Amino acid sequence: MRQLKVLLKELLMYKSALVGITIIASLIILSLYAVITAPYGEVTRKWSSIDPWEDFPKNAMPSWVNIFIGRKLPETIVLDSRKVEPSTNKTIIPITGGKYILRILFTFGYTYDDFPSEVILRIFSSTTKQFTAQIVWVKPGGIEYIVSRKLLRGYEAYYITSDEEFLKKFNANLINKLGSRPNYDISINEALFAEEDQSILNQNTVTVLKGEYRAIVDVLIGEEDLNKVQIDAKLVVYGKVHGIAGTDHRRRDLALALLWGTPIALAFGLVASITITFAQMFIAAMSAWYGKSFDFIVQRITEIFMVLPFLPMLLMISYFYKITIWVLLLIVILLSIFGSGVKNYRAMFLQIKEIPYIEAAIAYGTSSFRIVFRYMIPKILPTIIPSIVLSVPDFVFLEAALALFGVGDPQAVTWGRVLEDAAREAALYKGYYYWILQPSLLLLLTALGFAMLGLALDKIFNPRLREM
Amino acid sequence: MLKDEYAKPCNLNDILCIRGLCVWHPIRKFLTISGYVRALDDVNIDLEKGRILAIVGESGSGKTTLGKTILKIYQPTKGRIIYDGKDITHIKGKEIKWYRREVGYVQQDPYGALPPFMNIREILEEPLIIHEVPKSDRITRIRETLEEVKLIPVEDFINKYPHMLSGGQQQRVVIARALILRPKLIVADEPVSMLDASVRIEILTLFRELQKRRGLSIVYITHDLSTAKYFSDKIAVMYAGHVVEMAQTDKVLSKPMHPYTQSLIKAIPDPDPRNRTLFREVPPGEPPSLLNPPPGCRFHPRCPYAMDVCRREEPPIVEVNGVHLVKCWLYG
Repeated sequence: MRQLKVLLKELLMYKSALVGITIIASLIILSLYAVITAPYGEVTRKWSSIDPWEDFPKNAMPSWVNIFIGRKLPETIVLDSRKVEPSTNKTIIPITGGKYILRILFTFGYTYDDFPSEVILRIFSSTTKQFTAQIVWVKPGGIEYIVSRKLLRGYEAYYITSDEEFLKKFNANLINKLGSRPNYDISINEALFAEEDQSILNQNTVTVLKGEYRAIVDVLIGEEDLNKVQIDAKLVVYGKVHGIAGTDHRRRDLALALLWGTPIALAFGLVASITITFAQMFIAAMSAWYGKSFDFIVQRITEIFMVLPFLPMLLMISYFYKITIWVLLLIVILLSIFGSGVKNYRAMFLQIKEIPYIEAAIAYGTSSFRIVFRYMIPKILPTIIPSIVLSVPDFVFLEAALALFGVGDPQAVTWGRVLEDAAREAALYKGYYYWILQPSLLLLLTALGFAMLGLALDKIFNPRLREM
Repeated sequence: MLKDEYAKPCNLNDILCIRGLCVWHPIRKFLTISGYVRALDDVNIDLEKGRILAIVGESGSGKTTLGKTILKIYQPTKGRIIYDGKDITHIKGKEIKWYRREVGYVQQDPYGALPPFMNIREILEEPLIIHEVPKSDRITRIRETLEEVKLIPVEDFINKYPHMLSGGQQQRVVIARALILRPKLIVADEPVSMLDASVRIEILTLFRELQKRRGLSIVYITHDLSTAKYFSDKIAVMYAGHVVEMAQTDKVLSKPMHPYTQSLIKAIPDPDPRNRTLFREVPPGEPPSLLNPPPGCRFHPRCPYAMDVCRREEPPIVEVNGVHLVKCWLYG
């Protein structure tokens, strides 16, 4: 315990160690936060399903890009008549002939500098009975468009963004109003949110009309259905930025994957590194101590394992069997315990075996087992600890690389999986830099943290490396 | 032949009696054995209880191998080792544990002999743990032993690590570790050769005291005849794996019989300045290769008295005056 304190004190004299410890500590805090707030099973289920991500924008950038581009990109606006909010209003208006109009009114302010990415209206009805619905879009300044009239039966998702009919009507209206139509293919998002003056005619000048927007859903119902039928609507104006990490092509929040990737990466790296190093050390110590035919057999096995192609073997195994990330970890460990480390450690142990205190231990009757564990391994432990720390990132990278190859756990939510999705969706080609950069940065940060701590530890345990 | 005739039966009261001991290290080439290094060849030694036997010889003469074979670190190829009336040549398992308790080992390099990652208490506790001494007794025994080797006050040393001690103190810890199991025989392999001259006498005096108080028997391995003179009751001179001469210390030193012993004694530096210009006669040449020892007497290439018979046949062990054993044709 006291030794540990001394070590820590010495360690903090190195700035690199301080940086390394800070990085690792923040990664650990992040991991703890992930583990405490969201159970792993729930996260993997959520990650591989579609429904929970309905109200998230597609390929949205992280919100903090607003700071850098100097414009305010739209956030997602969700309005739901099933929730009691001041922005939604449900009224019933009686009209003639025992008919009623169920009117759902959404009101929202739109003050962003860019157009939304999508607008979707979902209408929920508790019966399969057919109703007529009319959807009206009111821009600030009272410009009113009847967007659509439709027959409603049960649940209906109305993708306003891809309604070509409305676009035709809108263009016709513009010709009436301004005398010409836009010289480019105006999108419905632009049609719904643009300022309707000369600026709309040119793609470079089209601007957002800021102010209070309203969307009105009118459903015509008969008296008999008035108290029986439950009709609700949800309007989602999808933004272009979301959260601290953005979203991917399946609308999933990358923050969740990056958050849960941390404990998995740390666990994978640490478990692999520690187990492999200690197993190799143990095998090497036994091999050096017992010598003779045992040594011969161990060394030949090691040589065989050293020439086995590691990556192709892993790929083969994971193509043949459906493996989870923890089975993958086990396979990595099994393929590595007879690695080149056995040779290195054996060379060290062969030297240690000749140190006089080992002979003294034999002379007072120490068992072979005790000699290996109490006399040989502690002697090289100080030189091992830095290498354990330094090899953690290797395994974190390995997991990411395997995920990039499409190998590994389809369920697991890891940094490698995020990168794989990004690569598959050609994220860099499409300009979704955040999608690649964020997990890469986390990977680099992990490597940097462990490398800086490891190098400082190396200087402490191997004083010959210390600079004057 | 004469050499086989020397088979004086062991005295069962002697602490150690070695007869015809051979240690041959095999030389392996891939899967076959291509030859042997004859580190020890036909060694006979007697040590009475409570006495100190010095084994003297130059490096490579097999004295350390002999020590380690007595300690059962090396397994003898041939011959017998009788300890306190019991044949321990081939003991194993539980019995060897008993023997480990009976014999202590003091090494040459005190720093290498102590594990650097343990403190003194842990170092001394190890033999006690292995020999299942109850936990409550351990600390008192550690204290007793440290006091005995004069590492006082004990509190100043017990929690220190070996690198914090001086060479002399480290050697005292090594001695304490050898003594902690209360052995009857100590094998001390050049215990003072790595120490400063001033500390040497202290350590040797300590050995003497301990030997007197505990009635220990000591096998004192050295290359230095002068400390052997100061310290031992009996001297065995080794050359190229053979014991060439064995007798009481004063007899060996005053009347050396073997030509090799004679040259060794002549080679002892003399501090008298009047003798500084005196030419010291040392035997020419070097000790022979043990892989391929010369036929006949192993000393004959360097021996000033070499005869024809020395080149042909191995000399017998001859008892001169009843107590002086010498392996030389001159007396044969």
